[in-house]
Amino acid sequence: MAKLAVSTTVNGDPAEFLCAPGDTLLDVLRGPLGLTGSKEGCGSGDCGSCTVMLDGAMVCSCLVLAAEAEGRVIATIEGVAEGSVLHPVQRKFLELGALQCGFCTPGFIVAAKALLEQDPDPSEHDIRYWLAGNLCRCTGYDKIVRAVSEAAAEMRQERTPA
Amino acid sequence: MALFAYHAPTTREEAQRLLAADPAARPLAGGTDLIVQLRSGRIGNASVVDLKHVAGLTGVRALPGGGFAIGAATPSTGLKNHTALSAAWPGVVEAANLIGSVQVRNRATIAGNLCNASPAADSVPALIAAGATALIVGAGGEREVPVEAVPTAPGKTSLAPGEFVAEIRLLARPVGGGDAYLRAIPRTEMDIAVVGVGVALVIGADGTCTAARIALGAVGPTALLVADASAALVGSKLDDAALARMTAAVVAAARPISDKRGTAEYRTHMAGVLTRRAVAIARKRAETN
Repeated sequence: MAKLAVSTTVNGDPAEFLCAPGDTLLDVLRGPLGLTGSKEGCGSGDCGSCTVMLDGAMVCSCLVLAAEAEGRVIATIEGVAEGSVLHPVQRKFLELGALQCGFCTPGFIVAAKALLEQDPDPSEHDIRYWLAGNLCRCTGYDKIVRAVSEAAAEMRQERTPA
Repeated sequence: MALFAYHAPTTREEAQRLLAADPAARPLAGGTDLIVQLRSGRIGNASVVDLKHVAGLTGVRALPGGGFAIGAATPSTGLKNHTALSAAWPGVVEAANLIGSVQVRNRATIAGNLCNASPAADSVPALIAAGATALIVGAGGEREVPVEAVPTAPGKTSLAPGEFVAEIRLLARPVGGGDAYLRAIPRTEMDIAVVGVGVALVIGADGTCTAARIALGAVGPTALLVADASAALVGSKLDDAALARMTAAVVAAARPISDKRGTAEYRTHMAGVLTRRAVAIARKRAETN
């Protein structure tokens, strides 16, 4: 089976890889590209642990073929912090203990950041529905919802000129 | 996941030739059903023909006369972001945006929902009620069929080898028209319909219902267009007697199975309940149109 050569952009940098037709984007991120932050939970689009941004839209990377990444723009959990400066969503997850085992956390953070980019002031209802495609078996979700809400409040504050 | 090949054609003709040349080739739109089935081994020894690079298959195009052509590779989110389509056919757009999660809706398409041929597909009863058609491309050219002619049984369609759905088409919303889709699920999100109901009505200036289409999902092997339920409403002012006749027709048409998500009795009862609720929403939309 011939390998396919794919040129794409990952977290702002050009990336090239070879893949089999049946490789998923998640396979390639975690394998050849060495970006193991995105997790494989269910492999069927139910749990959201593998959530990445594809051309600005959040998707389950387990349900995207690696070959589909040709010419597209991908953003993963590894690109959320700017160097050593955590994104407000990441910081609030830590401060409020919005994780236990941490397996689902990269997917939640990518999804929550995507929400706050399009809605700076989501209600609890909005947050819960937006994150319905991310499953967590540890926290009971409450701390996650609070962390997203507090990150939103902090980001609104930052945007308001003093 | 084993795949023989990934093709990314840029024209309908090229896509059609690739699909016709290889009996194992599958059209790929959003992939939220196809890739799951490939990964689980339910579909084996396949290759895929990605429709997302085919010119004109991503996005919503206005048709002469006020209708819409929805490209087969347009994700559900793309329907919600289309203001004119959302205003004209809110039931269809809402149905497409009940499917899965945000992640799934950023990929999943209504053409894929139709061709996956699940009896519980959310967008299909809404499309049937709205009188949508599917533009099918094959070796002999194009043909346009009512969407209800596409699924024939769970997981089976009437598409011939080499054919694929290129567009879903909707007419302009009629004057006095309104549509709605409701489903019952045991959870509040991320679940498969136990019952789904699509309704489209046209209400005249004097409040008389002049046209109605009612379609049920998840209560038969395919979505069902219930002509008797529609007939019960036409000519009425949607009074209690007409609604009771409609409910009786819906209950009579439902032939569900019992499974882990609901018993046949529950599904049959809920089909009637949801249809009345969906008619109320469609009526309100029709009266404000």
